[in-house]
Amino acid sequence: MKKLLSGNEAFARGAWEAGAVLAAGYPGTPSTEILEHVAAHYRNDIYCEWSPNEKVAFEVAAGASLTGARCITTMKHVGLNVAADPLMTLSYVGGVGGFVAIVADDPGMHSSQNEQDTRLYARFAKIPILDPGDSQEAKDFVRIGMEISERFQTPVLLRSTTRISHSRTLVEEKERFVPGKRDFVKDPPRFVPIPMWARQMRVRVEERLEKLQDASSVSPINAITWRDKDFGIVTSGVAYQYVREAFPGVSVLKLGWVYPFPERLIREFAAGVKNLIIVEEGEDFIETYVKSLGIACHGKPLVPTVGELSPDILADPGSGLAEKIGGPIGKNRVTEKPSESSPERPLLPQLPARPPVLCPGCPHRGTFYALGKFDVVVTGDIGCYSLGVSPPLSRLDTILCMGAGISMAHGMDRVGNSRKVVGMVGDSTFFHSGITGLLDIAYNKGGSTIIVVDNRITAMTGHQDNPGSGQTLMEEPTIVVSIEDIGRACGLKNIATIHPRRIKEAVETLRTAIDSPEPWLIVSKAPCPLHERKPLGPPLCIDPQTCRKCNLCLKLGCPAIEKRGDAVTINEYLCAGCEMCSGICPAKAIGERR
Amino acid sequence: MTTSVVFVGVGGQGILLASEIIAQAAVVAGFDVKTNEVHGMAQRGGSVVAQVRYGKKVYSPLIPRRTASVLGALEVVESLRWTDYLAADAFAVVSSQRIVPVTVSGGAATYPELNETVLSRYFSNLVYLDAVEKATELGNAKASNVLLLGAMSTRLHLPREAWEEAIRSSVKPKFVEINLRAFEAGRAAVLENGTVG
Repeated sequence: MKKLLSGNEAFARGAWEAGAVLAAGYPGTPSTEILEHVAAHYRNDIYCEWSPNEKVAFEVAAGASLTGARCITTMKHVGLNVAADPLMTLSYVGGVGGFVAIVADDPGMHSSQNEQDTRLYARFAKIPILDPGDSQEAKDFVRIGMEISERFQTPVLLRSTTRISHSRTLVEEKERFVPGKRDFVKDPPRFVPIPMWARQMRVRVEERLEKLQDASSVSPINAITWRDKDFGIVTSGVAYQYVREAFPGVSVLKLGWVYPFPERLIREFAAGVKNLIIVEEGEDFIETYVKSLGIACHGKPLVPTVGELSPDILADPGSGLAEKIGGPIGKNRVTEKPSESSPERPLLPQLPARPPVLCPGCPHRGTFYALGKFDVVVTGDIGCYSLGVSPPLSRLDTILCMGAGISMAHGMDRVGNSRKVVGMVGDSTFFHSGITGLLDIAYNKGGSTIIVVDNRITAMTGHQDNPGSGQTLMEEPTIVVSIEDIGRACGLKNIATIHPRRIKEAVETLRTAIDSPEPWLIVSKAPCPLHERKPLGPPLCIDPQTCRKCNLCLKLGCPAIEKRGDAVTINEYLCAGCEMCSGICPAKAIGERR
Repeated sequence: MTTSVVFVGVGGQGILLASEIIAQAAVVAGFDVKTNEVHGMAQRGGSVVAQVRYGKKVYSPLIPRRTASVLGALEVVESLRWTDYLAADAFAVVSSQRIVPVTVSGGAATYPELNETVLSRYFSNLVYLDAVEKATELGNAKASNVLLLGAMSTRLHLPREAWEEAIRSSVKPKFVEINLRAFEAGRAAVLENGTVG
């Protein structure tokens, strides 16, 4: 029987079926669950690890590949930026055992700081990219990617998107391909890109590209389905599903292996239809190529470049695309139209927004609240604590990328910003790419204050282990890295540890650091209560007789503290018993329920 | 014909589990199935939506607007956020929980007055119940998601055995019994009211 698998479960299964023996990655939505499923189901056959960052993960997998082992590396789209350095030169070196990098894009930015179309990296690095359209393909394309990788001596990119990774569709599972034992074989001209050999590799990359292009034109995962020949759509990834939903009657060229572009197949398809349309989520990647062949086609901006696609966006009569396709041949329009007689719903009331918030009991809340006592600039970073930008805490001023919370603080400080600069990163972010920034501050005599909000887990992506958590992805106990020790090793003299829920003490330590001309490292340390899965204490309540209605507790932005009319109450089902509110209440009106 | 179901609420209410049960039941019944949900930042107390589609052949994992035939909502305001995806005669099961967002606590927004009468203006086919209270009576408030599912199942046309098998395969063994009882209680709540012909 077929099984219902998410795209990420399917990628994990695919790695196992393809005979992978190593999987390394760094968590990042929407890619995270791939390695979690490898660890949960296949760790007897596949060594897997959370590496400190994507560059390391990519290089770990590259090393494994050079021994002849099949391996995968996983990351989100911005993670590939971090791993771009090894990517670009592994393209030259090529790998020996199948090397597939699974990279998950997040169009629509559900949980990301930007939109990137990873397909463009394939062209940049001159390597193949596969773009699956459901979980079955997610699984199968890992194995196909391994075969392409070994046959052409190239790393292969396997692109996912949020709707592939987090949709579940039916999958037929297969048995595992068992690879033979291999070992690294010395071959410097093959593995050492010093200029004299790199120049030869450079030529081979171009030769390989031509061979890949021939292969993609005959690959079974690139296929034409002829229907109505007035209109033909070229599409890839999840956009294929939306095309089939919105325009069931048109001919389709579905590209599973997008780059190098299957030139012969595209020419054949274009010649067979009157009007050619390119529907792709993200950039005009295929479209630009088709136009470069001298073939007229429609694409952007009829199909939006910004955000996600959906069947509705394609079929929207206002989009121009539906008008183009739906006008002359009505049968191609959406199958399940609203019934003509459906009455309009009355206008909805104004619905309050429900943005994500720091959880009840979250230690970051205490750090932000304490920081609120100072007139400083806070350069923030990627993680749950990015939520500190929202009111009422509003205590975060910039975000760029992982690690930048530290290095940007140094830049602002060095040009003499009038207000003191405080940099903030999380523990996992610190291990990812914060250490080098801290080293920079110590080495180049900076004066900013750096806070590591250390909740001992990679929280935002769903609690993955990291070098500070004492456990590996394979659930083995391991070293617990001390952030304070790293600070000392970097050469910092002033290092303090605070408990973020003891707000008054935290404020005093922060004052010492912020008033100092020297750099400080402050580790604000308390475990994530969502990960600990137990309340910090009994739920609290506000005594209405003692309460002075000063609303100071509301400044914490705790979801358990509710204002109804004039009265402020604590929702006992949400309260984590962290006692931050009782700690700051000037009337001492907050205490345990009696 | 594809059946599309929307299940909504607030992070932590068990929406993803409930949608998994619907999907598994449809698999057991022999349908092609696709689901979609948003993870990540949305889990930190934000709005959560899960979509399930099943039929002979399903393409898009995203539901086209105005085509969903059943809505389940574990929070009142959330029930209205997705009305655009519902067919005009969609069956809506809404639990009466009100979870106040921080935008309301902070004074930037207000929580609208919503009761059964008001909701019935937006849902021509509404079942309004207190799933948490009913699940608590059965012994575990956390089974409120499956109780709601029981009520929704009266319009999902999947065999009873498929539901039972899906619940057994989706929840931990020690919670199977309470969830099966919650499912039956949700079903009964609708059938006893005579809302379903």
